[in-house]
Parts: sequence; structure tokens; C-alpha cells
Amino acid sequence: MTGSIAALPAAAPQASAGPATLDIRNLSLTYKTSTREVLAIRNLSLSVQAGEFVSIVGPSGCGKSSLLKIVYGLVAASTGSVTMSGTPVTGPRRDIGMVFQAPVLLPWRTILENVLLPADVLKLDRDAMRTRAHDLLEMVGLKGFEHVYPDELSGGMQQRAGIVRALIHDPKLLLMDEPFAALDALTREQMALELQRIWMSSGKTVLFVTHSISEAVLLSDRIVLMSARPGTLLAEYETPRERPRSFDDLSSPRMAELSKAIRRGLNEASTRHDAR
Amino acid sequence: MTRDRSTAAPTEREPTGKIGHGMSAVIIPVVSLAVFLSTWEAIIHFGRIEPFIFPAPSKVAVALWSDLTNPDYWQALSITLTEILVGFAAGASLGIGLGTLLALSRIMDRILYPYVVAFQSIPKVAIAPLMIVWFGFGIESKILIVALTAMFPVLVNTITGLRSTDGDRLDLLHGLCASRLQTLRYVQFPHAMPYIFAGLNTAIVFAVIGAIVGEFVGARRGLGVVILKANFALDLAAVFSSLVVLAVIGVCLNAAVRAVEHRVCFWSGKKG
Repeated sequence: MTGSIAALPAAAPQASAGPATLDIRNLSLTYKTSTREVLAIRNLSLSVQAGEFVSIVGPSGCGKSSLLKIVYGLVAASTGSVTMSGTPVTGPRRDIGMVFQAPVLLPWRTILENVLLPADVLKLDRDAMRTRAHDLLEMVGLKGFEHVYPDELSGGMQQRAGIVRALIHDPKLLLMDEPFAALDALTREQMALELQRIWMSSGKTVLFVTHSISEAVLLSDRIVLMSARPGTLLAEYETPRERPRSFDDLSSPRMAELSKAIRRGLNEASTRHDAR
Repeated sequence: MTRDRSTAAPTEREPTGKIGHGMSAVIIPVVSLAVFLSTWEAIIHFGRIEPFIFPAPSKVAVALWSDLTNPDYWQALSITLTEILVGFAAGASLGIGLGTLLALSRIMDRILYPYVVAFQSIPKVAIAPLMIVWFGFGIESKILIVALTAMFPVLVNTITGLRSTDGDRLDLLHGLCASRLQTLRYVQFPHAMPYIFAGLNTAIVFAVIGAIVGEFVGARRGLGVVILKANFALDLAAVFSSLVVLAVIGVCLNAAVRAVEHRVCFWSGKKG
């Protein structure tokens, strides 16, 4: 594990040099309610490089979750395009994994069976997947819990299983929609550190939606700020490259300055379009 | 789009704990039954109530013994049980099958559901004579009546169960490029199981009613026929004896369905 951590900074693709894994162009989303049409996302463009960790922060209801659902292929964009590894995203696809806000584990399946659900649905080789599941479960600290049912685990452990499930079929891109929102503060910090470790050892591209600035700063290479509805990109922030980071590092002058800037931007974004 | 069609709310089920501890769990029902039976016996005895009006429990016990030692009675019992079980199985399968079809296909739902509701509101007792005309006095007409009676609670609960699947879980499967059949198999059916079993619990009781009603309307053999004959002869002790047998059948079948439910829906009532 230390090997991959040490190797990563040197090998990490720079924002300008790496090939874009995910390319979102001029994306808009309009949805109809019973009374009117709502413009949820307006002309949003964002590209994410291979291996990059990008966080999206923004006021509540700015369309962050909708954006992830579009990228995941669950919702069709009204205009604009999403391209993943050179091919347009027109529906769900195998090279993208999603971690939901709730763990969404099936209570009638054991942790191992839950984690293997994508393998079952995608009809992947069971033995290979089983071995991989055991490795991943061990990596997130769930070794020994393979054969228990989800309701016997804490919220944090359930969410870890959710992360393993998203990783099991080895997607290139991992989408995470406020995955730690339902956890208590302490577990939340532990999970963020855990995610950093997983990301560093797996080399996945991650698009991460969060409300927590410290979480975003800790984890991300780049943080993008979305405006209030209709959501569009307001600003981008790059973090210093040192990895791994700890929550203590966030109090360093550069990180603190960055957090402050993001907080200011978020406040402006929340008040600017606030109709209420 | 989610219409509430359930006959029972499976979310509010009891925890599967053991009932009672020690002797009180046995003693209380036994003592209360003894008190109940002796009071009944005393009222009949001292009130000089004629046995053809209301039989004493001792007379019922004698009738029950003579029934249970009579091979003909066992034959009648086995016929009625066959009607109940085969009819229940057919009705439950039909209910689950048709319910799945209606839950998954909007077009089928539009076309068939009004007829389903209309047919459901007809008392099955009223259809029983038709079944006898069409399918005769044999076991077939009774099986059909049982199947029709047992089908509806299962049908309605299957639809409710399949339709109430959590959106996040559907997103999960959809995101994995799951086919409709896979979504049904991995998420919707397991999720609907507690609902379906709530329907089956009702259906098994309906099945017993259906079999007896069917035999009342037209049959040559079976427990219903035994009851009718005894009633006709004013042998009320024999009538009560068969009622006891029917009650025991109902309780046993219901317990059997619940036992299967606890195995299949072991996760139900817990949070996932």
C-alpha cells in the first residue's frame, strides 16, 4: 500500500496533460413539474482528467445530484453532451460506478452478496469477482463481515460496502453523491481519509458531490463551485498536490486560505440567486 | 401513479420474538380452555338445553372421536384438503403471475385492471353455482372456486409490492444496465415478498372458506357435505365436530404459510 502511495504524486496526471476521461459540454437540464418547466442546470461544461479527484460544491438544490445522474446515464440531458473515454453517454454503462447518498444495500443479501450484485447483473466471472470482493472488503476494513446482513452493520460500514459495490466491476469513473452525508461527524472524517486511501491505491477518476468544504479540500485535486439553480459553474479551485493529506493539514496557511475562498464563493452563490 | 391497493401493511409486522416464557405460556391457555369447556358443559347440563339445539362439549368430543376413527371421514377430509391446497396453489400462482403482469405493463394494467376490480367485487359465493354448472359436482369445480377466492388478495398485494420498490434501488439496478427481468429478480420480487405473503396469509383462510362454500353449493363428497348431512339429521354434535376439524385445518395451514414467510422474508421488519 505504501508503495502505491509513494508512487502516486510523481505519476499523477496533471490537469492540463492527461487525457480527459469525462467531458461535459454545454449541458442543460430542464424538467417539467405539474405546473411549470424548471431549468435545473444551465450551460455547464466540465472536464475531468483520468485519475483526477474532482469535487462539486454548491448550494442546496443547485443540480449537483442531477448532474451526477446525467453522467451516470440515469437521466437524459436536455441539451449538451457528456462524453466518457471518447464515447457519448446515452444511458447506463459499465465503466462508471456510483455511490449513493444512502448505502442502498439490499437487506435480503449478505454484505458479500450485495457487493457482488453488479457482478451478478453484468454476468461477470463469479470466482474472479469473489476474490476481488474479498480483497476490496479487506481494504475497507470489512473483513469478517462478508456473511452478515446489512442491518447488522453501522451506517459507516454500510457505506463502505456501498463503495466496494461501486468498485467491484472496476469502473474507470466513480461518481459519489454526498456519500457521507448521513454519517456522524467522526465517522465522516474517518470515511474521507479512507476514501483518500482507496482512491490513491486504485487510481480511479472520481467525481464527488459534497456539502462539506473540508471534505472537498482534503480529497480533491480540483474543486468546482456550482451556482444556485439553474446550476452552472462559477469557479474552480486547485489544491496543493501533497498526498496523502490529513485533516490537520487543512489548517496549513495555503489550505486554510483555499477553504476560506471556497466558503466565500459558496456564500455568494447561495445568496446571489436566492429568491426566498 | 402509485395507487394503494394493499390489503395489509407488511411494514407493521410483529418482531419475530418468542412468545412468553416458562410455564405461564402453557398454563394460562390450558386453564382458560378448561374453564371455558366446563362452563359450556354446565350451562347445557343444568339449563337442560336439547342436544339438537346446542351440543355439550362432551358430546362434541364423542362425535369427534367417532369421526376420526371412521375411514370415510378421513376420505372426505382428504378431498376437502386437496381442494384447499390445489386451489390455493393455483390461485396464488395466478395471483402472482397476473399481478406481475399488471405491475410491469402499463398497457396490461389499463386494459385488465378495471375487469379485475369488477370481478373482485363479485362475491365468489355467487359464482359458485356457475362453476358447478360448468365443471360438475367433482373436485374440479371446487378447486376452481378456491382458486378464484384465493387469487385476489395475492394479486392485489403482488401489484402493491412490486410497485412500491424504492427508487434508489431501481436506480442502482438501472445504472448497472440491468434488464427488466433482472430488476424483477434481484430487487422487485424480493422487496415484494412480505407483501405477497401478507396476501397469501389471507388467501389460505379464503381457500378454506371457498372449499366449504363450493361443497355446500354442489358436491358429493367432502367435509362440506359431511356438515350438510349432519345438519340435516339435526346431529349438531357432528356439525360441531367438523367445525373443530375445519378450525384446526385453518390454524395449521395459516401457521404453515407463516413459517414459510419467516424463512423467505427473514430480513423483513429490519432496516436495510
